[in-house]
Amino acid sequence: MTDFLQLAIQGIALGGVYALIALGFVIVYKATEVINFAQGELVLLGAYLVYAFNQTALPFAASVALAVLVMAGVGWGIERTILRRMIGKPTFAVVMITIGLAIIIRQLVAAVWGFDDRLLGDPWASSRVQLGDVGVNVSSLVTIAAAGALVALLFVFLRYTRAGIGMRATALDQEAALAVGIPVQGVFAQAWMIAGATAAIAGVFLTAFPATLHPAVGFTALRAFPAAILGGLDSLGGAVLGGIVVGLVEVLVQGYQPQVAPWLGNNFHVAAAYLLMIGVLVVRPYGLFGTREVERV
Amino acid sequence: MTLRLPRPPARRPAPSPLAAVPVLRRIDGLRTGYADELALFRGVGGWAIVVGLAILYVATPLVIDDFWLSVLNFTAIAAVAAIGLNLLTGFTGQVSLGHAFFLGLGAYTAGYLGGDLKLPVLVWLPAAGFIGAAVGLLVGPFALRLRGLYLAIVTLGLVFVGEHLFLNLRQITGGPQGRAITSPIVGDLNFADLHTSLGLPLTREQSFFLFVVPLLALAAVAAKNIARSRPGRAFQAIRDREIAAAIIGVDRAQSKVGAFAVSSFYAAAAGALYGSYLRHITPGQFDLGGSIQYVAMIIVGGIGTVYGSIAGAFFVVLVPRVVEALSPAIPFVSHSAAGAGITVFVLNQLLFGFLIVLFLVFEPLGLAGVWARVRTYVKTWPFSY
Repeated sequence: MTDFLQLAIQGIALGGVYALIALGFVIVYKATEVINFAQGELVLLGAYLVYAFNQTALPFAASVALAVLVMAGVGWGIERTILRRMIGKPTFAVVMITIGLAIIIRQLVAAVWGFDDRLLGDPWASSRVQLGDVGVNVSSLVTIAAAGALVALLFVFLRYTRAGIGMRATALDQEAALAVGIPVQGVFAQAWMIAGATAAIAGVFLTAFPATLHPAVGFTALRAFPAAILGGLDSLGGAVLGGIVVGLVEVLVQGYQPQVAPWLGNNFHVAAAYLLMIGVLVVRPYGLFGTREVERV
Repeated sequence: MTLRLPRPPARRPAPSPLAAVPVLRRIDGLRTGYADELALFRGVGGWAIVVGLAILYVATPLVIDDFWLSVLNFTAIAAVAAIGLNLLTGFTGQVSLGHAFFLGLGAYTAGYLGGDLKLPVLVWLPAAGFIGAAVGLLVGPFALRLRGLYLAIVTLGLVFVGEHLFLNLRQITGGPQGRAITSPIVGDLNFADLHTSLGLPLTREQSFFLFVVPLLALAAVAAKNIARSRPGRAFQAIRDREIAAAIIGVDRAQSKVGAFAVSSFYAAAAGALYGSYLRHITPGQFDLGGSIQYVAMIIVGGIGTVYGSIAGAFFVVLVPRVVEALSPAIPFVSHSAAGAGITVFVLNQLLFGFLIVLFLVFEPLGLAGVWARVRTYVKTWPFSY
């Protein structure tokens, strides 16, 4: 039972990270109907920026804040220079552009920082606290708290602020939004800024898990895809739930599958998340909370 | 009782009198009817190209060295896969990021049938294709339920599930160390080594070139025939406007699943050739990066064209080899493996990323679009604008 609780908390914390990454997907998808395949690489870049700022004797919190700002700028820049040219082009083309961007960002990171493992320099590095019988990484608790706080913030933003309401209107119907005077292009830029900013935060916690920073971290972020899809690409709540489910499944499968079902092979937990996603999509083609697209003739 | 309407006699428009005078046919071929539009080879120019390609096929391996032949061999194999992806993505509009999985499937099938069961290439090559198609049929139904990006992500999941299988089905795949794949052999004839089997003075690269290029031609003509006949038109109708296609009587389920099956057939056959050419494969060769490479090929070459797939494959195979060959002359490239700085690998990947982005932003029709523009310019000269 202790084992189970331990794994469950780990799973939820990992899920929190996935949820943070998935939120980036969802925000961009909601506003622009594009899946941003470069989100994983934005996460990577964010984490490396935190590392770089931290190296210059800035305190950790300040480095994170600075990285969030810079990443928001990066998101804005990508939208402004490249994706804005693609408005009205087929979604497939835009998605492929984000894949191209992903490759570029990953290689730029590798070119600047190399392939060595680095320590992020987070203050809670490997400290643990004891909750009853269960020992928990402090980083797990911080992750859960940060994911919760960020989700709450985004909810408030989308529900109560002028910009957030504009974003929801754009997601609903771009033309109608334009007609009532919402600057749709500005909304796209905002969505990318938010995606960049959340990526920096997600990067901090993703690298707090294996505790090292490496260009391959961008690939780990790909596992947030099942999370975003599971919940439905246009649902913030779905992204959070999807993230936690995928995190739990991954950690529990990793914990128990080698004993319970060794015939499934090594590292089955990686495939498990995708199998779960495929299974859910068979039953619900738009994810658990996604909006069903209605086609009009 | 059914009402019988008198059928209008099937009549073609009378050909223009000009068409009767062969001299007046332009090199490009004068189009005087629908059949001309659909023709595989048009006019003197079309046939001249066919003859020219046939001559090139014989001459090339004798003229250029093994390094460039290996580029061409990889191109031919990749082009088969790219044509398959283009049938699915370019013609039917179903985005797939799972192409590498089907290549892997074909490669391991070839290894198992050719190596473990000692079957000849005439068996394992088609068999790899059909197993690919069968798995494609299983995945196809997802395409019916899912639209656009959701489908892309499911096929992405397929790559990860496939990688897991390739790593763990050790009896067939050899696990992480990979496995050997046999050369294409029928009886005593080894297509990859015509020197020992036929006594011809040809290297492995030359032999493989002679083996694989006709297969590419076959694949290309078959794809062209699919594209210009009824199923191909159904594919394109679905791509352009799915609901409208359904209304005019296109069977969406049949077409989409069929497109998946055909595309997977191509991919798996290409995978079998790829494995056979490399002689040894590991699961890492069939990951997401591989899938993205094939998507890049059809973007660079031209979405929805067969010859564009070949051009794109050539481009994507060629660029890294050229960069590698030129790298000692490029000043900012560093040659240490692990440190920071721009290594050859990093530079290649960067170029690859920029290729995708720049083509999509500035030339979404790809090399095929560039070619079409040049052609129109020449044809309409001096009245081009």
